Amino acid sequence: MKLELRGITKKFGAFTANDSIDLTVESGQVHSLLGENGAGKSTLMNVLFGLYEPTAGEILVDGTPVRFSGPGEAMAAGIGMVHQHFMLIPVFTVAENVALGDEHTRAAGVLDLEATRRRIREISDRFGFHVDPDARVEDLPVGVQQRVEIIKALVRDARVLILDEPTAVLTPQETDELLDIIRQLRDSGTAVVFISHKLREVKAISTQITVLRRGRVVGTADPGADQSELAALMVGRDVVLNRQKSAPTLGEETFTVSGLTVLSPDGVRLVDDVSFGIRQGEVLAVAGVQGNGQTELTEAIMGLHKAQGSIRLDGEELLGRTTRQVIRAGVGYVPEDRSTDGLVGPFTVAENLVLNRYDRPPAGNGLQLDPKAIRRLAEQRVQEFDIRTQGVDLPVGTLSGGNQQKVVMARELVDDLKLFIASQPTRGVDVGSIEFLHDRIIRERDSGTPVMIVSTELDEVLDLADRIAVMYHGRIIGIVPGDTSRDDLGLMMAGIDPAASPQDPTPKGATA
Amino acid sequence: MSAVTTQAAPTPGASGPASGPPDGGSALRHMMSGNGMVTVLAIVLSLVISAVLIILTNEDVMEAAGYFFARPQDTLVAAWEAVAAAYAALFRGAVFNYRAEDVTGMVYPFMESLTLSTPLIIISLGIAISFRSGLFNIGGQGQMIFGAMFATFFGVHLQLPVGLHLLLVLVMGILGGALWGSIVGVLKAATGAHEVILTIMLNYVAVNLVAYLLQTPVLQREGSTNPVSEFLEPTAVFPPLLGDSFRLNWGFVVAILATVFAWWLIRRSTTGFQLRAVGANPAAARTAGVSVKRMYVVAMVISGGLAGLAGMSQVSGTEKVLNTDVAGSFGFDAITVALLGRSNPVGVFFAGLLFGALRAGGVTMQTETGVPIDIVLIIQSLIVLFIAAPPLVRTIFRLPRPGALQARTTADPVTQPALAGAAAATTTSAGGTAPAAESAVVGDAVGVAAGDAVSPADPESPAGAGAPAGAPRDTPDAGPPPGGRPTASPTQPTTGEEGEQR
Amino acid sequence: MSTTVTVPSGSGASSATGSAEQPRREVVRHWTTPVTFAVLTVVSLLVFALGASGDSATFRISTEADAVRIPDLVAPTVPVGWAITALLAALTVWGLLAVRRRGTVPGWGSAAFAVLFVAGFLVWVVGAANTTTVFLTGLVAGAFVLAVPLIFGSMAGVLSERAGVVNIAIEGQLLAGAFTAAVTGSVTGSVWAGLLAAVVAGVLVSALLAVFSIRYLVNQVIVGVVLNVLVTGLTSFLFSTLLSSDSSRFNSPPHFSSIRIPVLADIPVIGPIFFDQTVLGYGMYLIVAALYVGLFHTKWGLRVRAVGEHPKAADTVGINVNRTRYVNVLLAGAIAGMGGAFFTLVSSSSFSKEMTAGQGFIALAAVIFGRWNPIGAFFAALLFGFATNMQFVLAILGTPVPSQFMAMLPYLVTILVVAGLVGRSRGPAAAGTPYVKE
Repeated sequence: MKLELRGITKKFGAFTANDSIDLTVESGQVHSLLGENGAGKSTLMNVLFGLYEPTAGEILVDGTPVRFSGPGEAMAAGIGMVHQHFMLIPVFTVAENVALGDEHTRAAGVLDLEATRRRIREISDRFGFHVDPDARVEDLPVGVQQRVEIIKALVRDARVLILDEPTAVLTPQETDELLDIIRQLRDSGTAVVFISHKLREVKAISTQITVLRRGRVVGTADPGADQSELAALMVGRDVVLNRQKSAPTLGEETFTVSGLTVLSPDGVRLVDDVSFGIRQGEVLAVAGVQGNGQTELTEAIMGLHKAQGSIRLDGEELLGRTTRQVIRAGVGYVPEDRSTDGLVGPFTVAENLVLNRYDRPPAGNGLQLDPKAIRRLAEQRVQEFDIRTQGVDLPVGTLSGGNQQKVVMARELVDDLKLFIASQPTRGVDVGSIEFLHDRIIRERDSGTPVMIVSTELDEVLDLADRIAVMYHGRIIGIVPGDTSRDDLGLMMAGIDPAASPQDPTPKGATA
Repeated sequence: MSAVTTQAAPTPGASGPASGPPDGGSALRHMMSGNGMVTVLAIVLSLVISAVLIILTNEDVMEAAGYFFARPQDTLVAAWEAVAAAYAALFRGAVFNYRAEDVTGMVYPFMESLTLSTPLIIISLGIAISFRSGLFNIGGQGQMIFGAMFATFFGVHLQLPVGLHLLLVLVMGILGGALWGSIVGVLKAATGAHEVILTIMLNYVAVNLVAYLLQTPVLQREGSTNPVSEFLEPTAVFPPLLGDSFRLNWGFVVAILATVFAWWLIRRSTTGFQLRAVGANPAAARTAGVSVKRMYVVAMVISGGLAGLAGMSQVSGTEKVLNTDVAGSFGFDAITVALLGRSNPVGVFFAGLLFGALRAGGVTMQTETGVPIDIVLIIQSLIVLFIAAPPLVRTIFRLPRPGALQARTTADPVTQPALAGAAAATTTSAGGTAPAAESAVVGDAVGVAAGDAVSPADPESPAGAGAPAGAPRDTPDAGPPPGGRPTASPTQPTTGEEGEQR
Repeated sequence: MSTTVTVPSGSGASSATGSAEQPRREVVRHWTTPVTFAVLTVVSLLVFALGASGDSATFRISTEADAVRIPDLVAPTVPVGWAITALLAALTVWGLLAVRRRGTVPGWGSAAFAVLFVAGFLVWVVGAANTTTVFLTGLVAGAFVLAVPLIFGSMAGVLSERAGVVNIAIEGQLLAGAFTAAVTGSVTGSVWAGLLAAVVAGVLVSALLAVFSIRYLVNQVIVGVVLNVLVTGLTSFLFSTLLSSDSSRFNSPPHFSSIRIPVLADIPVIGPIFFDQTVLGYGMYLIVAALYVGLFHTKWGLRVRAVGEHPKAADTVGINVNRTRYVNVLLAGAIAGMGGAFFTLVSSSSFSKEMTAGQGFIALAAVIFGRWNPIGAFFAALLFGFATNMQFVLAILGTPVPSQFMAMLPYLVTILVVAGLVGRSRGPAAAGTPYVKE
């Protein structure tokens, strides 16, 4: 089977997400779509899968133009998709999820799940998936859920399989297993479209690479291409893969966490007996695959999660305090998801800039707000952080992602911080803003604040960190220097502690 | 636990809304597409539909219709006369009685409208505040009953000096409603139970409780076998505002003061800031240090307190006794008033006046033309349905759609986030699902705000560029509602419409 | 209210190299249920045991006319009160142990507790009344009759919410059904035409709900609330104009007559309850069974539930989410319409203003209490029907419990349920959320 995209254009309003993109996939190939977040990869695949209707362009299957008005038709044409956010119904069993939309029935529409179970076992055995058809999806680990998604596609005889950022939620080991599965699929004649922004994986698996940037195809490459060449293509200019930053000037260890444990409602230790300290003027980056307790760790520090253990800042215990008290103690906090936790979308830019300071001068007092002062304050912060907005009275939701992130940063990076925590500080932010935001973070460090960064992007971690703590299954596997190799970090992210690594080292070149 | 992960990054420089402000020379368009126009047209449309009902049920018209093909004009004349008579009576009963003999008689209807709108305005302010806080308080009825019970108890059993007594009764009315409201707030904060279900159920509990207490010496009039209380002491009732010829009393002044208070609370106070933040995005409010649970309690106490005050203004104003029907349909009417006023205190005040006037006029209409007052309910509910669905009104009247930026900035920032958390949670009882996790959308404003809230995390859509219709969402049960209503923006892809119709 | 304790998880020691190892887990204990048990046991002790009247409560089961007679059940209040209190106390202790051992109390434990408590209450209340004899079969049969519209309404709620649309408009659907059934039945003289009209009316109200919430994305609770007001206004308006002007022509509907199934109807107790009903009564059982089987064992049901849980996932496998929602909301309206017809074609002689009197909201409560499951909602509605009937019966018997308190019972129980004090209830995840495609 041969699948061809010709001149696909997709516009959202005035924004062009895809600009006349051509792409060909054939069976037995793994065609990678490489691009930064926001380059238009997912949009393109949603067009291909019938979820979006293209503004222009056509799709051809074996040379014949087709039009998919919905995913059902795409699937009927032999296209399967594993979405970045799994399209599984948590309260259904594996069999029910797989059957959905492609049900085997007996008389009168009565479900015949047995037939589906058989198919699942068949596929599961063939690829070594170890999936129990009767398990409830919400009880399964993400890696297994992803296999269920793949089974869903295979059950429907997909001859083209699209995998959208499939490794984002996987450990390095699970990633290797997935890559093996993809190779098996390729060898059995399936055409695979592999969407990713991770160079290593793309190089490891592809037979062909197409690079997208800002909605356009900016180049094609073969897997032998040089990594930094690909990176430059993807980002649009030469990238310094390892940025130089000045050595830290270390002060007292004013922030310490010891024996911190956070439980989920059903008793899972999301954060499991975690201890570390951060010194003034130091950046500690917490690395790890998403969902290994980093979010809960920061939320516990902020008083957003119940926890046991101890969190001390300047000798004072923070654990057990309310979020407001923690903020008052001088903690600046950039949550990982700005639209959910960082900003109130319908509120104005000005209101968002005082979201945690509305009741303190100059914004207001315990009783009333001072709209004029809030406005002045906002205009000043907008200028300082170069926030592009048509006015501070516009809803913050009308700003672009990068500018929204700047609003959050501008709010949190106030004077006299005792501790600054940022989760995924540049997620979904354009390259220009990333540099700006990284500079601000380093500036805060250099002013003598202990800084804690949580990031799932190794590049970001390596760019910013003086020391790196790697989390796995809620535990800190180890704390290593900021110049630790990617390979070692990768092992640690898979839960394997390279035994040689010294505990809590002092960063090189530090002047204590 | 955010489902919204990586994809975002719009192109640099996309910050300004690409669709731009409305073009020059579009002032008219601006006006025609705004909320005000939609509201006016919704009212007109509702009156027209009601007129059709009046015609269809009018005996003269039916008679004339019997020989329609012989003399069609008879039917038309009869129809016109029926509607004209009914609406004229409505006007005379609500605004100005031009047939009256003296000035008092002429302005009496208007004073009556003000009188009837007094409790409606007060309770609706309470409902509006709950909407703003993201809570769907359907329990106005129960809270009003509690306010009235407390007020009656202290108004009947105590002997106090003039002024002091009324003040005490007023405070007790507020307390009663606040107490009943606080149950909802506390249960929601402590257990995550959804307020829609709680308030509906508590309404019926209150209805039964007042019925019971009106059969016990606590509230029942001595020697009476009917469920009715003693008259309130003269010291415990509002004095007339403009002399004894009108029923209008100082309760109306209380309503005005309550409006001012509600405006200050929402727009200027730090409490209001927190309430609005919780209403629009509880997760972000919590992250910024606002105690969401405390705000749920505060919102329900204030909302219930105002409903209680409405109950007090009823027994201390026009009624002067308590019976089982004290709250009538106020609880549900207040929801319509709050929606019509877009949860904005000043808007609510005028919406309350409008519906109060409809009630006053409805009485005259019923007595003079035999059109049952129930038509007021029909008008009321139709108005709210229409303003909740501006695209429908625009389609009917072939109005232009608002520009993207205009839609955003003129959009009522009120009801939508409030309602957002509410609807879904109806079905989320003790499950403890995060209230913010689910949402629904109301009306014009909503679509826009929802679009706003989301765009940053949307795959490859620039937040500023007029959020794509129903921006691609991740999992529907995680994160704020990404779905902008497609018709909110002309710049949206046509597929949005199609998707919606499918 | 929960505590936790560490339990060594399966893998045992936390060796640093085992990369496939799962995060450690602890047992979370939910104490709410046993604590609620304890409180209710104390109530039982104070009221049912210590507060017993000393008389005997007599429950008559058969009438003189019955073919097979079952002797009366005589329960001396004091011993029964103590016995039940003791059993409740035992269940409480068992509940506490169960929580210590495994974290939660099994569902059947709560059910057993509830049944015992209700039995204790019945014995106590009847024993304390002026007349200490009650016709149990009649009490239950009456409950079934009162529950019919509730069951229809709750099935409408279950279906609509399972598909992802919150249905607050059950009340309006019932009222619209009752009204049109009365008018159409009266004009045509046919009960079947009346029933059909009721179905159409229910569908029309549902259609408004569907169009506004699915097409125009208006908040579903708002649409529901406003539709209730609209239907109340419309039916009251038409009642005051059309119906009262010529009530013999417009408001004297024919009625469904009971169909007695020979032999089966003679079975004591259950015979008269189950096998002597109108077509609507039999139809109700069919609908409950069909919905249960349909929702959980057919392709259709799998799709409906998928749409209510995770519409986007359903969309990605080619299911038309909004069409599924439209169809099911309309179907729900049809079912609620039938329930409305029950008011005017079975239970009352004619239509009167606002005659549904909040039953739609009790049906909504039954949906939640029954955890969005047709069978569960059926029993919840039955329980609420029983409470309503108790209210009437107690008023006749002259008991110390004011009838208003019995009337409150369904609402109080629902509050306890949504607050998680008695069991937990989780609805379809996407109910209330409109689905917008790009």
